[in-house]
Formats: sequence, structure tokens, C-alpha cells
Amino acid sequence: MFENLDLTKLIFGRLTWDAIPFHDPIILGTFAVVAVGGIALLAALTRYKLWGYLWNEWFTTIDHKKIGIMYIILGLVMLLRGFADAIMMRLHQAMAFGDSTGYLPPHHYDQIFTAHGVIMIFFVAMPLVTGIMNYLIPLQIGTRDVAFPFLNNFSFWMTTGGAVLMMVSLFIGEFAKTGWLAYPPLSGILQSPGVGVDYYIWALQIAGVGTLLSGVNLLVTIVKMRAPGMSLMKMPVFTWTSLCTNVLIVAAFPVLTAVLAMLSMDRYLDTAFFTNDLGGNAMMYVNLIWIWGHPEVYILILPVFGIFSEIVATYSRKPLFGYTSMVYATVVITVLSYLVWLHHFFTMGSGASVNSFFGITTMIISIPTGAKIFNWLFTMFRGRIKFDVPMLWTVGFMVTFVIGGMTGVLLAVPPVDFVLHNSLFLIAHFHNVIIGGVLFGLFAGITYWFPKATGYKLDEFWGKMSFWFWLIGFYFAFMPLYVLGLMGVTRRVSHFEDQSLQIWFQIAALGAFLIAIGIAAFIIQLVVSFLRRESLQDETGDPWDGRTLEWSTSSPPPPYNFAFTPQVHDLDAWWQMKQHGFQRPESGFIPIHMPKGTWAGIVLSGISVVVGFALIWHMWLLAGVSFVALIGTAIYHTFDYDRDYYIPAEEVERIEAERTRKLANV
Amino acid sequence: MSDTTMTAAATDSSQNGQLEFLVKGDHHPQNGTLLGFWIYLMSDCLIFACLFATYGVLGRSYAGGPTGMELFDLSLIAINTSLLLISSITYGFAMLQMQANKVKGTMFWLAVTGLLGAGFLGLELYEFHHLIHVGAGPQTSGFWTAFFALVGTHGLHVFFGIVWLVTLLFQLKKRGLIPENKRRVFCLSMFWHFLDVVWIGVFTYVYLMGVLP
Repeated sequence: MFENLDLTKLIFGRLTWDAIPFHDPIILGTFAVVAVGGIALLAALTRYKLWGYLWNEWFTTIDHKKIGIMYIILGLVMLLRGFADAIMMRLHQAMAFGDSTGYLPPHHYDQIFTAHGVIMIFFVAMPLVTGIMNYLIPLQIGTRDVAFPFLNNFSFWMTTGGAVLMMVSLFIGEFAKTGWLAYPPLSGILQSPGVGVDYYIWALQIAGVGTLLSGVNLLVTIVKMRAPGMSLMKMPVFTWTSLCTNVLIVAAFPVLTAVLAMLSMDRYLDTAFFTNDLGGNAMMYVNLIWIWGHPEVYILILPVFGIFSEIVATYSRKPLFGYTSMVYATVVITVLSYLVWLHHFFTMGSGASVNSFFGITTMIISIPTGAKIFNWLFTMFRGRIKFDVPMLWTVGFMVTFVIGGMTGVLLAVPPVDFVLHNSLFLIAHFHNVIIGGVLFGLFAGITYWFPKATGYKLDEFWGKMSFWFWLIGFYFAFMPLYVLGLMGVTRRVSHFEDQSLQIWFQIAALGAFLIAIGIAAFIIQLVVSFLRRESLQDETGDPWDGRTLEWSTSSPPPPYNFAFTPQVHDLDAWWQMKQHGFQRPESGFIPIHMPKGTWAGIVLSGISVVVGFALIWHMWLLAGVSFVALIGTAIYHTFDYDRDYYIPAEEVERIEAERTRKLANV
Repeated sequence: MSDTTMTAAATDSSQNGQLEFLVKGDHHPQNGTLLGFWIYLMSDCLIFACLFATYGVLGRSYAGGPTGMELFDLSLIAINTSLLLISSITYGFAMLQMQANKVKGTMFWLAVTGLLGAGFLGLELYEFHHLIHVGAGPQTSGFWTAFFALVGTHGLHVFFGIVWLVTLLFQLKKRGLIPENKRRVFCLSMFWHFLDVVWIGVFTYVYLMGVLP
């Protein structure tokens, strides 16, 4: 073995200069922009001596609020990347008819639709949802941090590590060309010998560690750390839906880990899990990945249902209609989400009985979901509704999501699915629920809680612009796809012969451009609000006359969240406190026990990225060394027992006096 | 909200009928480490569930290669199983010593547990080596792929359990039975017994049922 040992191969694996896509002007252009932007950013950080601040206050922080904000920033940055992929596809499909081949070569187009799906689910929707949960759960349940603050920081950095690998794949090598779930045998080593699928695997495995641990963390936080008096049925609805989501995360992500590990064994060790020969079974992959994949869509939508529930109650100035039914509906959806996975592949041939079972369970899910819609409607009924931006998103969601839900029920009928499977009708359906549901909800949530996190509100005008362009753009972009799907056009096609279809793709492309304006308006909104932060300032900590505990503290909340732990007596605890003329204490503060920041999360994640990169490129030496370093660093960290400190009473008193002064100004 | 629920809640308020909305004094929520670790174990259990299911699907896909019935050596597995089961008992002794606040005794029984675990791993590696040697490697057929994945993943867990155990021995030596260390010994205990339970599944489902015709 050792006589033909090649040192270059041992160190660099299969990484050569050919892996850098010099020949592709689009990627090269992107790289130039990213490189210039990145260097400018790094230079600015150095110039203004911000590294120490970033490292001490943000990167190593264990404060759930800052980690939540970092998750949201990660999600928004990745949204730009994922949307760039989307608009490239829309533009390409609008052009690639007849003699025109469009501007993307097929192998590049295939990478784009795969990357778009992976990024939007794992690195946009997941970080945004996790970020909002991270920020809000401790505030809503009246506690000072999550159950495992270090783990929280580590989870965030692992998610970011996955995103970094994802971005690296754009410039070094390639990404998977398999579609976002990488079905074998296409994703096997024979059909996909390149590094694309390996990037896919390791980006998701590294991010998956973060997601799983964050799920465990938030679950324990909700179960163990609620303020005294807050029984389960007195929890805010958002906390309830988050609880169910985190149960789903803990019970679904291990399946993804296992199935991706099996796929990597097939690719790296030549095993026979999903191969066509030697007794492997590719259909097992499809089953396993959807056993994770279907709960995943509920992991995304449930917290968003919670966000809408909070917003509807606040802006209708009424308690949520049917709180109990809302909780039960959420729990029923949680359970049912495990019993429907097969509807993603009715056409695989499981037989009429199996297909019927899964078709019926799928239809049943629409009942608790429908109950939720009615709860929101009845909350609004006879309420004094204020149509602020979060409420606009909510109403937009209710209309759009119902359409998406109904097309979903259509697809749940197995014979219909045989016609529409893998067609653009399906694409339209799931964008209908994910954009109209998850994304609208996230924007609503970000607008609603923005003043809590930053101390100033978001600009109304640009918020409304963003909303209308998103809403109208969405309908332009996806209604044509329903039509095309009914006409039989399948997904993931990069060239069309039938010229009569082109007009629909052009309308869809127009929709994508309207959405681009919506995204631009959102960014402008952030900038304008920052510039006008003096006039948009919220000094009360409760700008919307809210109902739950997060509004009882200042905006932004102090590091310890609450100077005294709240005592809860009823649902909508803060509303009840206001009704009873609650007086904020201005003296008698005590020292507060808090966890300390740590370097370990970012370092461990950094080493994990190196391990992943080395495995992708078969750099065995580096992989071995960095893996040992990873375990060694983790063990070294466990010898650090000095993990907490007390905020002295004087410091608490100073911060609270500042708040007293601000409240007096109002 | 409604006044009816409030009267019920008013029992835990102060005497003057006014509701108390803050906890005066220091409030510490319960520690969640054990619950969190248990939830993590359950998620780990799902990984094993997937591997068991895979073994269930591929369990007869020999692709013309050797079968488990031909190659499994039940007497070796019996020794192996005994080592792991006894190690669970010795871990129990370590826990008893810990409850009696005896560092030395705790460390002694932990070390015995680690050695038994290492013995288990050694025998397992010998078995793997032997199987690959006689032409039943993970690449041979779907059956052997699923076998090595399931048994190997369990073995990997035992390996990392031993790494953790050795780390813990150093920490116990350095700091003694402080609350943090006690919590860690407790977590590793759950981990170790969990591996035992999984092994009983492996032993039954893979080996005992594997030698059935």
C-alpha cells in the first residue's frame, strides 16, 4: 500500500486547480463581488476596531437574545443567496424555449435548483424560525436564558458552519445536481462521482448537529424553566407551537442524520444500502428521508402559526379566540405529521391500501389546520383591528395559505397525485404554503418583535411596500405554475420545446422580479428605520400594547431579561399585570446569576467545517488530524468548570434606573 | 383575562388580596441537564431505530454472498454480551459509591466498567476482522452493509463512551465529587445503560434471529 503513496494526494485529496470554476463567467463574477465585498467588510471591521467587540459581545456570547439575532441575520443573508438562485431559474426558464437554450448550461441549472431548495429550507427558513424561537421563548416564559446557554452558542455556530460549506461549494468545486433531497441512485457514487453530493451531505450533517441540539435545548427550556405559575395551559401560544416544533426536531432530525450517514457510507465505503446491485434498496432512502422531511415542513410552519396567533390577538385587542382548541390543534398536527410521509411518493408503487391510508391521514391534517384559520378569523371578528404591517402579513397569509392548503388536499388524493406528481403544480403548491405561510409569518414576526430586539420600530411605509410587492409578486410567480402543472409540465426542466408555454413562464419571471422589489423594500426598510431610529424609538418596551411577558421588560431587554422573575397567574400574563395596575419595582434589586460567554462554540464549529471540507475532497490526512483536534477541543472545554458569574446588584440597579428614567419620558 | 380563573389563582397571592406579580428574591429554575441528556438519548435511539429498520429491510439481501447463519459465532457473542451486561452492573456499583460520596470507590468501579467496555470492543473488532477476512465485509451485500452499520454504530458509541469515561476519571481525580462531576457521572450512566439496552436489541434481532433458518 505504501509504495504508491502519493504525498500530494494525501494532503490535497482530489482538490486541484480544475475545481475552481474559472471557465464560468457567472460564478467568477459572483466570486469577484463576494470577494470585494468581503474584503471591504473585513477592512471596515479592522479600520473601526470592531473585532474585539464582535468577538466578545457577539461571537462568544451565550445570551439567547444575541444568538437569536445572529440566527436571523444568517437567515436573511442566506435568503439573498437562495433568492438569487430563484431569479436565475425563473429568468432561464422564461428564455429557454425552442432554439434558445437560455443562459445556463444544464449542469449549472441542476446545481442551482438543488442549492435553491437546500438553502431556502436549511439555511433560510430554519435559522429564521430557530432565531425567533431563541429570542422569544425565554422572554415569553419569564426566564433569563435557555437551559443550556453554551449549547445554544454551539448550535448556532454549527448551523453557520453548514452554511459556510454551502457557500464554499459555489466557488470551490460544485454543488449537488440531484435535487434538494438527493435521491439515490442518482446521488450514489456511480451517477454523481463529483464533490457536489459530498458538499450536500456534510453541509447538512454539520448544520443538523446544531439543529438537533438547539431542539433539545429549547425543549428543556420550555419544560423546566417557565416562570412560577405558568402551567402548560397558561403558556403563550407561540411558546406552545415552539414546544411542539422542538419535539418534532428532536424526533425527526436523527432520521436525517442516519439516512445521510448511510448515503455517505455508500459513497465513501462502497457499501450497498441504496445501490441497484448487491441487494441495496433505493426506495428505503426515499422512505427514510421523507420520514424526516414531512415533519420538517411542520417544524417550519408550527412556530409561524404561533407568531400569527400572537399578532392577531395583539392587533385585534382581544384574547386569542379558542386558545385551548389552538393548543390541541397544534398537538394533533404534531402527531399526524409523522403519519403522512408516503404522500410524497404515491407513484412509487406501494399499492392501493398503503396509498389510501396516507392519502386519508394527509387530508385529516387539514382539519386542525382549518380550525386554526377559524380561530384567527374569530379573534379578528368584532375586534378593534389595527392594520399595521404585521397584521397585513397575517391577512395576506390567511388568504394565500388557504389556497395552498386546498391544492395540498388535491394532491393528497392518490389518483390525482399520479397525474400531478413532480409537476409544476406541486412546485406551486409547496411554494404557496412555504412562502404564503412560513415566509409571510417570519416577516410578520420580524416586524412585530423588531422594536423589542432593537429598541426602535420598523418604518411603516417601506414595510407596506415590501408586503404588497411580496404578495402580488407571489401570485404572479406561482399561479402560472399551477396552470403549467395542470398542463403536465414537470419540475427541474431546463429547456422547453412547446412555445405556447412560454408566456406562463414569462409571467412567473415577472412575479419573481416583483418579489425582488419586495426584498429590496425590506432591506431599504431596515436601513431607513436604522437612520430614523430616533423618531421610531420605543421607550416603553411595549409599543403595541402587547399581552405576553416579553413586552413587560425594556426594549431591548437587559442581559438578565427580568430583574425579578415574574409570577404568572393567567394566560396573557402581561395583559393581566397591566389590568391590575402593576407597579415596576425601582429598588431592592439583588445580584443575578448568569452564564459566561465561551470561545468553544465558534472554535468547534470552525474545526467541524475543516473536517467536512477535508472529507469532501478526500484529504484524509487533514480529515484525521482535524477530527482528533475536534474531539480534543471538546474534551478540553469540559475541563472548564468556571462557567457562570453574578451581575452585581448595583449593576442591575443602574440598568433599571436607566429604564425608570426612559419610562418617565414617555 | 376572565375573572373566574383569577380567583383560583389568587390563592397564591399575598394577604391583602392584591396579586403578586414578581418573585421576590433569587429564583432559580430547576436544572435541566438530566432531562436534556435523556432527550438527547432518545434522539440517538431514533438513529438506532433507523439502523434496525434498515437491517429489517436488508436483512435477507445476501446477493449470493455468505449469510449470518453461516458465519455468526454465538459463543463469541455470548462472551461479548456478558462483558457488556456486567459492565452495566459495575457502573451501578460506581453510582452506589458516588452516592456514598466515595471518590476512590467511584473511580475504581468506573475503571472496571471501562475495562469491560474495552474488552467488549476488542472482541467486536476481532469479530469484524474475522468476518472481513472470510469474505463478509460491509461491501459484500446489502445484508452485511446493514449488519456492519448497526453493530458498528453501537461499537462506535461504546468507544466514545470509553473516551468520555476516561475523561471523567481525570476530572474526578482533579475535582472530586463536586455537583458538576456528579451530574456528568449520572449522564454517562444513562448513556452506558442505554447502550446496554440497544445491545440487547442487537443481540436478539441480529444474532439470535440471524442464525434462524
